[in-house]
Amino acid sequence: MTVADVLLAALGALAVGAGVLVVTTRHLVRAGLYLVVCLGALAGLYLVLTAELVAWVQVLIYVGAVVVLLLFAVMLTRAPIGASDDLDRPGWPAALIGGGSGLGLAVLLVDAFRWTRVDLPEAGTAERLGTAVFGSWVLPFEVLSILLLAALVGAIVLSRPEIGRRP
Amino acid sequence: MRPVIPYVTAALLFGLGVYGVLRRRNAVLVLMAVELMLNAVNLVLVTADTTVRATLPHGGQVFALFVIVLAAAEIGVGLAIVLALYRLRANVAVDEIPLTGDDAPSATADEDQVVQA
Repeated sequence: MTVADVLLAALGALAVGAGVLVVTTRHLVRAGLYLVVCLGALAGLYLVLTAELVAWVQVLIYVGAVVVLLLFAVMLTRAPIGASDDLDRPGWPAALIGGGSGLGLAVLLVDAFRWTRVDLPEAGTAERLGTAVFGSWVLPFEVLSILLLAALVGAIVLSRPEIGRRP
Repeated sequence: MRPVIPYVTAALLFGLGVYGVLRRRNAVLVLMAVELMLNAVNLVLVTADTTVRATLPHGGQVFALFVIVLAAAEIGVGLAIVLALYRLRANVAVDEIPLTGDDAPSATADEDQVVQA
């Protein structure tokens, strides 16, 4: 066990623990705050895995934007502040499928990578990732810009019900 | 560095996301569980980037960035749908949404009349 292994295990346990709380808590707002802990732990995992730029983008976009949007949605749908009892459906099919897929994937990956050790590669800094994006992955990058535009227009149309209504 | 540790973390997070999507009734909580699944995929991509020596360097991290952008677009449209649903039915429980479309609630009919008037 090296220092990187210990850090990976600790941050992974933190992420999984916060994830369990996200899907089991009975407070809507606390689910969003546990999601912040989970995503922050994942950003730490990316840093240990030398993906610097991905870690900072994760903090900026996920922790900074997505969670804030989710908390706005919680407020705008007039969610109760305290604990609410009607958040869950009957649990055993969900537990069966979720636990089965999660543990099945975990067993598969443990079997595949049990004794593997790798050296950490050079860090994924903004310069190296920028070279990769604008050198090898230009076409997916441009397609993503069209997708973002489509999502923007779609969100505007969905949130303005008078658009497209016949007079 | 043992890559099995982040791989197992990602597998468990994906399972938690599947469980949350199937278990939760509130649409916002379903979206949070979807975020858990997307992050599990990102963790697999970043870990694979450290273990696989590909011809193109840092392909996994570039794809993780792309998935983050996709998740941002998804959450924008998803929250617009959730808010439209709340305006329509004053309720965001996903198992009370009629799937046929014929039995729209009377609130929308009233709203239509108001708009037409």
